[in-house]
Amino acid sequence: MSSRWVLAGCFLWILSAPSLAAIEAQAFPDETIKARYYDLIATLRCPQCLNTNLAGSDAMIAQNLRATVLRLLIEGKSDAEVEQFMFERYGDFILYEPRWTARTWLLWLGPLGLALIGLSVWWSMGASSRKARQGLTEADRASLKRLMDR
Amino acid sequence: MAKQSVLIPVFVFAGIVVLLGFGFQLSDPHLLPSQKLNDRMPDFELPSLMQADQTLTAADVTGEVSLLNVWATWCPSCVAEHGELTRIFETTGLRIIGVNYNDDSAAARTWLKRWGDPYAFHIVDETGTLAIDLGVYGAPETFVVDADGIIRYRHVGVVTQKVFEETLAPLIQDLKDAS
Repeated sequence: MSSRWVLAGCFLWILSAPSLAAIEAQAFPDETIKARYYDLIATLRCPQCLNTNLAGSDAMIAQNLRATVLRLLIEGKSDAEVEQFMFERYGDFILYEPRWTARTWLLWLGPLGLALIGLSVWWSMGASSRKARQGLTEADRASLKRLMDR
Repeated sequence: MAKQSVLIPVFVFAGIVVLLGFGFQLSDPHLLPSQKLNDRMPDFELPSLMQADQTLTAADVTGEVSLLNVWATWCPSCVAEHGELTRIFETTGLRIIGVNYNDDSAAARTWLKRWGDPYAFHIVDETGTLAIDLGVYGAPETFVVDADGIIRYRHVGVVTQKVFEETLAPLIQDLKDAS
């Protein structure tokens, strides 16, 4: 009986955990701004935490930046302008999709390069096993015969 | 041929070791490159902590080479840093300007009464607007601002005596010599 209560308790706790993250009473003037606000805070990274977006962070700076995003949207800034505002202050780090620059090209092309290396290794392994399946050549047969007859 | 393919994983492993070795030795991932270096101090109009009726602007930060120190009462490292800031002010007379960041002004005044106040004045930044314009993402952070109000250096974290003597003091001397 008691274990059922413990289980129920655990379940409720799991349900409540995500909601512990930032709940703020923001006053949205309209639904479009609300939607754009949630899109932006999901794609901007919290500068204090290495891998959390603004939406998911309770850090003070994240709270301030969320308020700033909303203020800029209410002022009539476009999404790109808000991103530019953040970029000017916090650099590539704040954008989960960093811009294509001399500093970030390796970040963008790196995975592609690794995939190409992987493909070429896979292809060369395939080539050598294809060669093995082709069976013995005339020269192989001759040397095998020599060994067997010895 | 067989011998070579045995070596491939060894090379891959060695490559990963080298890559990660370099990766981990790079500077602290928490240190973001500063965007505001060599930019003018951002515009602001904020109250002074000690003279509530006084409004401070970017012009108040110009005139002489200064340290702009972002601090708060909720920041334990700021207490640790306070002794060094006091020492810097007492030994060099450098102007230190406080930015009281995301804080309660009454608590900040109590804090200064307790720990002493080596600052020339404090800018009250209750909602972090000035801090955001400076690209601040925590406290303490310290900027070196030259006489023209241009940001010349940014230090994230506690200013220790070592940081001051090895990095900040020579830079400040250069800036003073240049002006």
